Amino acid sequence: MDFINALVLFANFVLVPGLAYGAQLALGALGITLVYGILRFANFAHGDTMAFGTMVVILLTWLLQSWGVSAGPLPTALLAVPFGIAATALLVVLTDRAVYSHYRSIKAPSIRLVMASVGVMFVMNGLVRFIIGPDDQRFADGERFVLRAREFRQMTGLDEGLAIRSSQVLTVVITVILVALLFWFLNRTRTGKSMRAFSDNEDLALLSGISPAKIVIVTWVIAAGLATMAGVLYGLDKSFKPFTYFQLLLPMFAAAIVGGVGHPVGAILGGFVIAFSEVTVTYAYKKFLTYIVPEGFEPDGLMQLLSTDYKFAVSFIILVVVLLVRPTGLLKGKVL
Amino acid sequence: MTQSNTVRAVTGFLIFFVMLSTVGVFLSWNVALSILNLCLISAVMALGVNIQWGYAGLFNVGIMGFAALGGVAAVLVATPPVTSAWVAGGGTMLIALVLAVAAVMAAWAVLQFMPKHVLRTPVFILVVVVGYFLVRSFYDPAVQAIEADNPASSGFLGGAGLPIILSWLVGGLFAAAIAWLIGKVALGLRSDYLAIATLGIAEILIAIMKNEDWLTRGVKNVSGLPRPVPFEIELQASPSFIAWVEWFNASALAGLSGAARSDALRDFVITGSSIFVKLCYAGLFTAVLSIILTLCVLALASPWGRMVRAIRDNEVSAAAMGKNITRRHLQIFILGSAVVGIAGAMMTTLDGLFAPTSYQPLRFTFLIWVMVIVGGSGNNLGAVLGAFLVWFIWVMAEPGGNWLMAGLTSGLDENSDLRKHLLDSAQHMRLVIMGTVMLLVMRFSPGGVLPERTNARSTP
Repeated sequence: MDFINALVLFANFVLVPGLAYGAQLALGALGITLVYGILRFANFAHGDTMAFGTMVVILLTWLLQSWGVSAGPLPTALLAVPFGIAATALLVVLTDRAVYSHYRSIKAPSIRLVMASVGVMFVMNGLVRFIIGPDDQRFADGERFVLRAREFRQMTGLDEGLAIRSSQVLTVVITVILVALLFWFLNRTRTGKSMRAFSDNEDLALLSGISPAKIVIVTWVIAAGLATMAGVLYGLDKSFKPFTYFQLLLPMFAAAIVGGVGHPVGAILGGFVIAFSEVTVTYAYKKFLTYIVPEGFEPDGLMQLLSTDYKFAVSFIILVVVLLVRPTGLLKGKVL
Repeated sequence: MTQSNTVRAVTGFLIFFVMLSTVGVFLSWNVALSILNLCLISAVMALGVNIQWGYAGLFNVGIMGFAALGGVAAVLVATPPVTSAWVAGGGTMLIALVLAVAAVMAAWAVLQFMPKHVLRTPVFILVVVVGYFLVRSFYDPAVQAIEADNPASSGFLGGAGLPIILSWLVGGLFAAAIAWLIGKVALGLRSDYLAIATLGIAEILIAIMKNEDWLTRGVKNVSGLPRPVPFEIELQASPSFIAWVEWFNASALAGLSGAARSDALRDFVITGSSIFVKLCYAGLFTAVLSIILTLCVLALASPWGRMVRAIRDNEVSAAAMGKNITRRHLQIFILGSAVVGIAGAMMTTLDGLFAPTSYQPLRFTFLIWVMVIVGGSGNNLGAVLGAFLVWFIWVMAEPGGNWLMAGLTSGLDENSDLRKHLLDSAQHMRLVIMGTVMLLVMRFSPGGVLPERTNARSTP
């Protein structure tokens, strides 16, 4: 019985939050990896693109709520997401016109594009803070739990409860749908195939008559869509704060690089690797061990490997290890 | 330097000093001097970034972290040691640190010397895990003992109690050590990995400084750091300084007598003392800036400078000529970071306060980048000029922005929410404006105000 209690405890505090967080990171890392694979630079503005998209969704959610519109048990924000994606896509495509296209046309080294993206990051960051302010915003509504801890305890008669929040289920379900759609698009449609060809060999793709302008726009629109969705899901699950979204940049980069840059499957894998490492390393195992070890051997301390203040250090350390041991990432070979 | 560049440089610095004097005459010399002091520090920082970007094209997004390391150096060098904390937990902490070093070395030795064998990875993991728990078993009690020691006023180990000027060198060394670590990992791979790695290390360094109270007091800040220059209070009590101020302001004091004269003299002494202190700092900073600038200019003109520029402009052909590119990049990255570390220690010295929360990427990473790009990457004097101009504009932008926003919203109702929101948010417009400036300069004038001097006639 103690053993099952320990498992439930572990599922409640590590497995379920890790799954949701991993899915959010995977969506973010997918956007980074797509831009990396096709436009060939590390987009530092991705975190703030997420923040921008989420901000639009939050503002629209408030508008819908004031009109009394709701999505029943689902969060109202989902109704606003398509408009948020459209606005974000418009913003990034315009940014590409105004900023990045110039460096592409003069064939500047990729580090120049990275630098430009840092400039874009600060402009977007400033816009978001200017419009919605630097503070925490909560916009989740609808049914909060799919399974409450108390219900679970009554159902099973165990001491430990397992709570599953609807935002967590929503995150996983939406991520699965989006990833399936993305892979269908990349592997089955003409545009997707030309994107893969472009990423594989730019010159050859151009010779075959693939239009780079279209590829670039499609890439940005997909990246904006994934970023907005990731941002909204993260915001529903936790809360929205511009600075947190900026900080998400590091785990997302780590996820993209750990999985193998330019590799969509790698980005998803990397997202879960980073998320689970972060959650398992910063979880305090005291109660868990108390269930498992024989009586009399209970630990005194929190049994926490690393304090939660250092959770960003986890993604960094994984990143460093991967760069040292296997710079190509877990999955190497063909990209996209 | 080409003719037009000399003219531009002279005009640029002239404009800066005219603007500064305008502030001095119309506002106060105190304000003008504090702006100048930060301009000088920013110029040192910009030189460090220029070494990395201008000489070698290395993109460092973690300038904030290296500057903060300089601040830690100031704390560790200059604050007096806290004897009771050392007694309580110092020894245990030392054991923990020695064990940590030993564990890292053991892990490294396993990778280095153990033959490739199925057991190598398990042994490595075992060494890491055992080492981690061994270190924690000493580290945790040490932290508790130290932080429990008089937490309201100290709760940390303190420093070495040495003159704070020394910390400028130590800050450089700290930054160089971290730069070596990062460079070892991230250089030699794709060029953007360094940017990502520096972004990460900066965040982590700041997190450590915020949370490791035993080392830096964390968010409780370390205030009242010793100074390399006299305190205002001491000056105001010193008869020779008063006599000197009296002599300096003789004409203003001539017409007064009695109580009015002593009141006026007291005012002069108070303003005089704070101006004197700022002038002392300005003198020290100018000395450091001149030394580093001279070294930078000499280095860039030397055969070494030609080599690094050759590497930057065409890595492949430089490698074909037998240059070790990764090694040179590592060297340049360390040098540049060390200069940033020196500037960070200088800044904490000037503030007399180490506050981890004050390190914001906008202020310490991004602004320095704008300085280098506006000034002219690859041109040392350009970086200095860029630092002077951008810092001046940055300081002036705050009252300017508020004033502009107040003007724009004056048509709105006094209590309207929109007006309140806009006034509150005016500060965030700085981000947008500085980002736009950076993008515009990069796009339309990639050379900056003082473009790099090139002998080649070819297109850039």
